[in-house]
Amino acid sequence: MAIDSEVLVVGGGIAGITAAIAAAREGADTRLVSHKASTLRQASGLIDALGYLPATEPAKPLREGPPTAGRNLDPDEWPDPEGPLADPFEAIDRLPEDHPYRLVGADALREGLDLFDDLVGDAYLGGHTDRNALVPTFGGSVKPTARYPASAAAGIASDDRPALIVGFRSLTEYDARTFADRLAAAGVPFDVAGAEVEFAEAFRADAKITRLAKALDRDEPIDGTPAREALAKAVGPHLHDVVDGEGGVDRVERVGFPAFLGDDHPAEVRAELADRLGADVFEIPMGPPSLPGLRLEDLLYDALDDAGVRFETGTPAVGYEVDADGGGGSGGDGDGDRIDHLVMDRKGSEVPYGAEAVVLATGGLVGKGLDSDRDGVREPVLDLHVPQPADRYEWFVDDAFGEQPYARFGVRPDERLRPLDESGEVAYGNVRVAGAVVGGADVAREKSASGVSLATGLVAGREAAREVRQ
Amino acid sequence: MDDQVDVVVVGGGSTGCGVIRDLARRGLDAVLVEKGNLTHGTTGRMHGLLHSGGRYAVSDQKSARECIEENRVLRDIASHCVEETGGMFVKRPEDDEEYFQEKLEGCRACDIPAEVIDGEEARRREPYLARDVEKAIVVPDGAVDPFRLCVANAADAREHGARVETHAEVTDVLVEDGAVVGVEIEHDSGPGKRVHREPGTTEEIRARYVVNATGAWAGQLGEMAGVDVEVRPSKGVMTVMNTRQVDTVINRCRPKGDADIVVPHETACILGTTDEEVDDPEDYPEEEWEVDLMIETLSELVPALKDARTLRSFWGVRPLYEPPGTGTDDPTDITRDYFLLDHAERDDLPGMTSIVGGKLTTYRMMAESITDHVCEKLEYDADCDTADAPLPGSEDFSVLRDYMEEFGIRSPIGRRSAQRLGSRTDDVLSGTDPNPVVCECEGVTRAEVRDGIEQAGSDLNAVRLRTRASMGNCQGGFCTHRIASELAGEYPEPVAREAEDELYQERWKGQRHALWGRQLSQAMLNHLLHATTMNRDGDPATTDADVDFGAFDAGVEPGGGSAGDGSTSDDPAAGVAATDGGGHGDR
Repeated sequence: MAIDSEVLVVGGGIAGITAAIAAAREGADTRLVSHKASTLRQASGLIDALGYLPATEPAKPLREGPPTAGRNLDPDEWPDPEGPLADPFEAIDRLPEDHPYRLVGADALREGLDLFDDLVGDAYLGGHTDRNALVPTFGGSVKPTARYPASAAAGIASDDRPALIVGFRSLTEYDARTFADRLAAAGVPFDVAGAEVEFAEAFRADAKITRLAKALDRDEPIDGTPAREALAKAVGPHLHDVVDGEGGVDRVERVGFPAFLGDDHPAEVRAELADRLGADVFEIPMGPPSLPGLRLEDLLYDALDDAGVRFETGTPAVGYEVDADGGGGSGGDGDGDRIDHLVMDRKGSEVPYGAEAVVLATGGLVGKGLDSDRDGVREPVLDLHVPQPADRYEWFVDDAFGEQPYARFGVRPDERLRPLDESGEVAYGNVRVAGAVVGGADVAREKSASGVSLATGLVAGREAAREVRQ
Repeated sequence: MDDQVDVVVVGGGSTGCGVIRDLARRGLDAVLVEKGNLTHGTTGRMHGLLHSGGRYAVSDQKSARECIEENRVLRDIASHCVEETGGMFVKRPEDDEEYFQEKLEGCRACDIPAEVIDGEEARRREPYLARDVEKAIVVPDGAVDPFRLCVANAADAREHGARVETHAEVTDVLVEDGAVVGVEIEHDSGPGKRVHREPGTTEEIRARYVVNATGAWAGQLGEMAGVDVEVRPSKGVMTVMNTRQVDTVINRCRPKGDADIVVPHETACILGTTDEEVDDPEDYPEEEWEVDLMIETLSELVPALKDARTLRSFWGVRPLYEPPGTGTDDPTDITRDYFLLDHAERDDLPGMTSIVGGKLTTYRMMAESITDHVCEKLEYDADCDTADAPLPGSEDFSVLRDYMEEFGIRSPIGRRSAQRLGSRTDDVLSGTDPNPVVCECEGVTRAEVRDGIEQAGSDLNAVRLRTRASMGNCQGGFCTHRIASELAGEYPEPVAREAEDELYQERWKGQRHALWGRQLSQAMLNHLLHATTMNRDGDPATTDADVDFGAFDAGVEPGGGSAGDGSTSDDPAAGVAATDGGGHGDR
């Protein structure tokens, strides 16, 4: 028995959810299916739009031929990126021509961010301005981002109030003292100190971040003291650690913690800590498992419900069928074939999911929307064309942070986000692609991952709805 | 001269480390200089096979006998560096039966315990072996951790008064009145531990004797002394899998050929190898076909390798040598034997001997023979005890069992720490509290990382070699920054930063050769974590960017009002508290 909807979105990350909601808001009957949990748990929870224009050409020609054993022989040299960019919109025109932002335009990014603001309400800030914010990263730097969770707001780097960075002896992600020194090296306009404190060591040394978050949520006693009080007590002695330029001692006005201040009740945890410390409290976005990422996932799933999108997970796409009686046909009007339905694996049985329009938002190399072996990189659901050098030794450059061809791998669409085949023709007229499955961006160096997902998700969702109406 | 030492040993591979240990234990005043880390050259870039001798049992029985003899010695003196995996020579239908019999007879002739099992029994022991493997010869091959072995040798040498200088490249061999009298070295960051950002210094070390133990680099050192040493460096690839498809060393039973061995090593399997002569031991191509060949050919023995995840590949150069006039064309035919080249006899240049050829399994025996030679030259009389005295960490195997108990034999982390540290377990683990795991893939705790830092300074690649931190699935993606964080107590931020960058780039280099499938996904995840989440690539601290913080969003109330975000002063959202304290932030 076929399961039909007007718009079928495949993929449950930011791009898929945005596309589904955008399509639903256009009045389309929309269903979203995803294979696994999204990769949001691996994301910081910040919503980056565009923070840098990374160099795409090396400072000197790259060495020819295969890698050599000469370990420091003739290393790559890449110019510094342009940035951090205060304005993510004005720089879009200077991105490479086939960048997804160039295809959908700055307005799509703007509208994508507006939609995001609408979905998450006051859980996120940054929507009051077009400017990027500079937010501390757990690597001890600052990075430009367009939207940040309320929990990170007091950490903004353009705020001149003195800050304390707290680290935990039992946590290995960063050392707070080095962190503070790195922020100073990055030139932040505030005085900052770092302190490694003893907290929650009653838990075994490798307690998961989520375990600590729960303890703070529930205010569990730790050695007899409620967790929040215990944490404040551990930090208390360091509130005067900051020494200003003249050697004077300042009481800090804000305190940063690794992002585990509560899972279910983070605002309550922060409020109590702030009250006990007499200083604002902020979270520093961390790597996986990322609580801000997981909290965002919850928010977006709620929004999906509110928008009336039917949603199921654990359902991978395993095949597809092309519309037999055309509706275009390759070479005809240049609009390609049409997908009649996708075949989904539903608890072991193959079920056709019919739709008038399909949005593919299956992710990139991390989310498995792109697959690869020694012979090449593929888009596994519809076998869409993924441009790539034939030789896998041309997928990389020697500098880890250089212009890595693999980082831009993905399906190349037209400006309506219809996937293009090898000859540049539309492959399927009723398919749209969004998010990391779209190639052309190095979202990591650009700091553009969420923005690309929002902008392409929005356009793909609207386009899909338009497809239905036609 | 007062500051003259007895012996300078050049080269911190297995041979040099073995020699310095032997010299020191015999009471000579000796210095080891190595241009990189210990094992930087060939030793750190091998597959980790502890030979039973089986591989040479047909072609080179002298080497085969030496191997089995030293194999037994190392199990005894270096138990914490050796895993007694056992090995098999497996025969596929197309492999020559006659050769199989020759191999078996050869093993027996060389006193290598060898037992024939049928294919079914072979698959019972190693279930991933191919269905059509017909039979196998079981031999006592093993796996050896070359890093741990060299570090233990160097540590023992130090305990016996030797000086060990890494990151100290020889820039000249001092020749006076027709004799070698020492070396000039350049310390990368001053003598002692390597610390980033410390200025380099040069030093002259005068010595009564110089040992050239630079392996594939022996020709380059010889040149500085004005003598020819005709090593024929030959490269070979090693491909690292992410898991142990086999727990036994699997050799292909055929005369010779590329891609004929799988060595289980710690959490991984290492596939080897190729054999191609190169001109320069530092600059040769690392080629795609070599990696492909490993996977294609060895999956004939272990089919699961075909689709398995590869973490990285690395190459090493063998320091092959053959006496002048032998004229072997194919490097695979060059003997694996070692040679002492006394430059007094050979080139009329007294004061220096080069040692070339050989293999890791027989490093101790080579060290003994060159130390004997040096003692003779110096007219010094002392006995060698390196075959009997256990290395630091391997003093008492029963102690190791106790530690494994004490530090939680039930905890895989504790067990692995104890396996790596051997009898040093107590010293290292008991001083650090709390002791969280820093490298999750390899189960390396803070205590071990800090112990590595204490030994190696801010050189995190040296810490990696000592601990295995960053050598697992994520190839440093999740732990490079954590390892670097452990430098914080001792070193300033810029040192930690450089050390971190260096380790991250080093880990990237090997992954380039494994960039497909799941490792490509991992590489992208690492890229996202380090560039997106941490912004290590665009950090204003390391770029020339002059950041105008006032041009960015300064937040909205309270406190931050001074920073200039003029465009939004009348924005309705400006009243929203930038801190929390209620509202709907609690989601």
